[in-house]
Amino acid sequence: MIGIGHYVVVSTIMFVLGVLGIFLNRKNVIVILMAIELILLSVNLNLVAFSAFLHDLVGQVFAMFVLTVAAGEAAIGLAILVIYFRGRGTIAVDDVNRMKG
Amino acid sequence: MIQAFAFYLFAALMILSGAVTIMARNPVHSVLWLILAFFNAAGLMVLVGAEFIAMLLIIVYVGAVAVLFLFVVMMLDIDFSELRGGFIKNFPLGMLLALVLLAELMFGVGAFTAGPLQLGVADGAGAVPVDISNTEAIGALLYTRYLFVFEAAGIILLVAMIGAIVLTHRERKDTRGQNVSKQIARRPEDATVNVRPEVGKGVQL
Repeated sequence: MIGIGHYVVVSTIMFVLGVLGIFLNRKNVIVILMAIELILLSVNLNLVAFSAFLHDLVGQVFAMFVLTVAAGEAAIGLAILVIYFRGRGTIAVDDVNRMKG
Repeated sequence: MIQAFAFYLFAALMILSGAVTIMARNPVHSVLWLILAFFNAAGLMVLVGAEFIAMLLIIVYVGAVAVLFLFVVMMLDIDFSELRGGFIKNFPLGMLLALVLLAELMFGVGAFTAGPLQLGVADGAGAVPVDISNTEAIGALLYTRYLFVFEAAGIILLVAMIGAIVLTHRERKDTRGQNVSKQIARRPEDATVNVRPEVGKGVQL
């Protein structure tokens, strides 16, 4: 029988895969952004699973807000990536120090 | 029985495609595997009766975000093999961190199954109604109790849209644009003159 535990385990594995993706592709910012999308997907899955488990729709409403923020984040991230590529001709992000921060 | 089969199918495919997403050599393949992961996540959400979020996931993620990724990957002329340089070097550290994180999260799940903390109960405002569909119930909740949060989400999207346009917009010197205010301010008397030339003479422009 499938329970809440199954869903939590699946979304846990997805979350860990997302974090691992950030570490493995330290140079390639496109894959880093995709790994962030994977993390947000696992969060959404968790919210929806607990919403069904607790018989409370608020979890699904908040999953929608996470989705909104994820879409905005992808748009802004890719826009920054495009202007960075225009200026530098590369997207290697492990040596980004233009602002000397 | 069929539910369990569907769950294991969707879950296994989602984890597999998530793993290939972060391991693939070619980012275009990464995007395509990401789309497969989104579809399977949508399947998992349908299984628990959250069909609206599942539909939204496919429309927003597959239809917009993944296509945006594809656009950017294909638009930029990038040498991807060079970007994979640190993959092997980062592998042990990344794996260690991932395992620590996984152990922590599993510990959390174990603690939860041992008996969750009692943090109070829901106030019932978000209780799932039995007689109407999932989409209708979410709409009823979203446009009443969460109306202001919903509008704030709209503002976030607006800011993201304007920000992306402002960031990527550039004035191009090699193309000729339209000066709208100059066009509108131009009167007929500035543009045309009435002349009555003598016979046999031309018109001096």
